Amino acid sequence: MSLPGILRHREVFSVAGQDLEKAGTVSTEVQRVLRKLGVEPEVVRRAGIVCFEGEMNIALYTPGGRVILLVYDDRVELIFSDYGPGIPDIELARQPGYSTAPIWAREMGFGAGMGLPNMEANSDQLEIRSRPGEGTVIRAVIRRRKDDASTGGRGAST
Amino acid sequence: MTLAQVAEELRLEFLVRADPEAEVRGGYVSDLLSDVLAHAEPGELWLTHQRHLNVVAVAKLRKLSGVVFVRDLRPGPEVIQKANEEGVNLLVSAENAFHTAGKLHRLLFP
Amino acid sequence: MKLREVAELVEARFLTGGDLADRTVSAAFAADLLSDVLAMVREEGVLLITGMVTPQVVRVAEVMNLVAVLFVRGKLPTKPMVDYAAQAGIPLLATSRTMYETCGILYTHGLPPAKRKSLPHEPPGHPAP
Repeated sequence: MSLPGILRHREVFSVAGQDLEKAGTVSTEVQRVLRKLGVEPEVVRRAGIVCFEGEMNIALYTPGGRVILLVYDDRVELIFSDYGPGIPDIELARQPGYSTAPIWAREMGFGAGMGLPNMEANSDQLEIRSRPGEGTVIRAVIRRRKDDASTGGRGAST
Repeated sequence: MTLAQVAEELRLEFLVRADPEAEVRGGYVSDLLSDVLAHAEPGELWLTHQRHLNVVAVAKLRKLSGVVFVRDLRPGPEVIQKANEEGVNLLVSAENAFHTAGKLHRLLFP
Repeated sequence: MKLREVAELVEARFLTGGDLADRTVSAAFAADLLSDVLAMVREEGVLLITGMVTPQVVRVAEVMNLVAVLFVRGKLPTKPMVDYAAQAGIPLLATSRTMYETCGILYTHGLPPAKRKSLPHEPPGHPAP
């Protein structure tokens, strides 16, 4: 599904699997690109959070994947794709606190079952498609609003 | 101070009231099981974001006075069941770890 | 509270960013699990207190625009992490105190806890802190 709007910028980042030295660098790079393009600070912030969680999922649990950044005049889209094990039950995975993460991931500060909820909280639309054994594609849409200088995600009160 | 008194002062909600008379001899804040296993002292009240089942086993092994899940995070039914079986106190704080630890510290060392 | 006072109160040393010691810390948040940090509210001047020294901590600090990171339990980040933080302008401090003591001391001296926004599953207007 695609939305109308004028595409201003497109960039593809690759995420190495099992590389915990580099994991997280795509999100800071995405934020740098967005800032340079003059995207609103709150959108930059939300995109950074969404990207960090999406990127960590790829880095921790898959052999690798990529992040596509699409910057439109009215929104930012982040598309995460990987060839990992897939998500057997997406509705369950969306629940805060639900986690199948192994102890080693938790002991490194990850896998608390807040990844997808955080992505959801900071995007206006989050689509997840996954096939066990084949991989996962997640598309996050973050709208650019005029009042975004002061508000958070869709959970924000304003 | 007993856990029941601490719970009342800090407005903590009991999820598993195994031994409310347990003495709280300090606090420990950590989300890492290995860290708690290595460094928490008996009688300390453990504040955490971690909701893994093994939290119960670690609390029992270290003879902690209880586990407080912060930020209103609630563990799954298997965690509650295990704590009931093992006799481990489980509580919830509506406040975050910094806030809960700050208040506990001030309560124990006024 | 200034970052300098935070350092003095918990006997922390600056690993980098000592030149930014006059920055104002307006609130604190303590966690090892990084998703919990990411679930925090948008607020200026938040200090992260953590025992986690993975490279992702500094990246989260950058993504969340945190005022500084205070490592507890005597944990020290690697040199590349410190260099990265220096270049990103994020002060890093370290103390041998536990997370519990660090929170206790800073809270007692008036540093407030960071607030957070509600997530979609939570009733509006009643976010957990």
